[in-house]
Amino acid sequence: MTSIEIPTDADLVRFVYREARLLDEHRFEDWLDLFTADGRYWMPLEWGQTDRKLTASLLDEDLLLLRVRVERLKGNRTFSQKPKSRCHHVLQMPAVDTRDTSGNVYETYTPFHYVETRLDEQQLYAGWAKHTLTVEGGKIKIRMKRVDLVNCDAAFGNIQLFM
Amino acid sequence: MTRYAGNPQAVKALVRETEVHRDVYIDQEIFDLEMQHLFHNTWNYVGHDSQVKNVGDYFTTTIGAQPVIMVRHTDNSVKVLFNRCPHKGTKIAIDGCGNAGKFFRCPYHAWTFRTDGSLLAIPLKKGYDQTGFEGSEAARGMAPVRHVKNYRGFVFAKINDAGPDFETFFGESLSSLDNMIDRSPVGKLEVAGGVLRYMHKCNWKMLVENQTDTCHPMVAHESSAGTAVDVWKKVSNGAEGKRPMAVEIFAPFVSPYEFFEGMGIRVWPNGHGHTGVSHSIHSDYSAVPGYFEKMVAAYGEERAKAILDEARHNTVYFPNVMIKGPIQLLRIFRPIAPDKTLVESWTYRLVDAPDMLLERTLVYNRLINAPTSVVGHDDLEMYERAQEGLHSDGSQWVNVQRLYDPHEMEQAVAVTNGTTEWQMRNQFRAWAKFMTMSM
Repeated sequence: MTSIEIPTDADLVRFVYREARLLDEHRFEDWLDLFTADGRYWMPLEWGQTDRKLTASLLDEDLLLLRVRVERLKGNRTFSQKPKSRCHHVLQMPAVDTRDTSGNVYETYTPFHYVETRLDEQQLYAGWAKHTLTVEGGKIKIRMKRVDLVNCDAAFGNIQLFM
Repeated sequence: MTRYAGNPQAVKALVRETEVHRDVYIDQEIFDLEMQHLFHNTWNYVGHDSQVKNVGDYFTTTIGAQPVIMVRHTDNSVKVLFNRCPHKGTKIAIDGCGNAGKFFRCPYHAWTFRTDGSLLAIPLKKGYDQTGFEGSEAARGMAPVRHVKNYRGFVFAKINDAGPDFETFFGESLSSLDNMIDRSPVGKLEVAGGVLRYMHKCNWKMLVENQTDTCHPMVAHESSAGTAVDVWKKVSNGAEGKRPMAVEIFAPFVSPYEFFEGMGIRVWPNGHGHTGVSHSIHSDYSAVPGYFEKMVAAYGEERAKAILDEARHNTVYFPNVMIKGPIQLLRIFRPIAPDKTLVESWTYRLVDAPDMLLERTLVYNRLINAPTSVVGHDDLEMYERAQEGLHSDGSQWVNVQRLYDPHEMEQAVAVTNGTTEWQMRNQFRAWAKFMTMSM
């Protein structure tokens, strides 16, 4: 990939599509490389949630916790992944909501449908992904991926992969 | 064909000294009888009174299969009402929580009820003149649950007149609730942070048993907690220093058997009991700045230390609640069907304590009890495999024999080895008792 200094909208959109594809192809190590060192993956529990500290979340992972998940998926004694789950993303074309070139901050907004399957079960989730992106060493990186489910406060069964 | 209804001997025969018949987990008739008897004869947690702070505030929930409303009445007491209009059966409220004002109003025909359930008004009332309406069931309004106890903010209710009173039912086990509440410098908790809801395709009792099952963490959670420890080792290069909160929370799950043997289990009458008599997986969390000082100022040093040294791990309140005093968390295992259970994990703020404590409680809840939790995934996989496996005709019985002592029946209260299955046996003995008490 060519080095990027100031990403075009097309670069940002391509990045978001590629991220989903890495997840669908179970290329989790490559996926982790998309995050900055202080990157986070946040899935709020409440509709329109603003607070991460004193309000519970479904996920609020730093790189360490994301790495634990990825390592766990590979584990020999990870019985909830025997057999493994699979996932499938359908993204609406991401909208570039913010282009702050001087601050090196770019925000995209991507409505999605996400399917996770294991054995004979298939679950459909719908929501919106908001990426806060930045350019580091010529590459676009994720500083924050926020995933809001349309039914964030519903009672779910296992959600084992990444939306 | 009914095998169990009206047949207390058959129900009792499902629980042997050291074995439990699979029907307690998979049989629809047994499940229906649990809803009808077990959850009517026992004291069940309804909610916390901080959820209904002001007059008219209400909270909708269930006791077993019964939809109920917890509400702050005009005299400031907390009432529990069956969530059903006496007219046509419509649920009066379904929105979780809200404020009813001075009265509930049924959305179907506008019958209104005071917050103690009594009938206030009916539109076009004269249509009932000389119909004998005064003597009808409907004229009594929304039926209240008759036995309600607000214990230091925790509201419990018992539907049947049968069964022991509140103090007899819980006895010394209330010491666990006391300890959780005493951890606030002003002795008060508030529901805070939001509730995690996690659907399980298994019987509710599997979850209750798991709360005092200390021989599974190092096995089932090797994949999650074990991986967390390994990743942290790699990332930190084995450097000394403060572990992140998440690692502090995960690591004790994969402690060796000796750790869990030594922590101890205490059993109480009526199916209650707890793990972590001497220490637990919550013992080695970092101190939160400013908290101990506040506790000393409130209680004096000796008492403050005594409160905080208690590290009770999981306290089971029979039939279907577990609390973690050291981190102010309550889980309720709501039966929906023989093979379906909704797990709600509630968290509390210690009033007048630093926010950092609630923050840690919420991190714990998210990492361990969410439908996105890797620890939750480990456990649910085992429950679901068990739920399916129990249909196998390889055997009809589940074994709960570990560290069984034929004389244990003579001891109502005991402290014993932390890997015993005594507390599971204790739960099933209580199960047989409260199932058949009103048959």
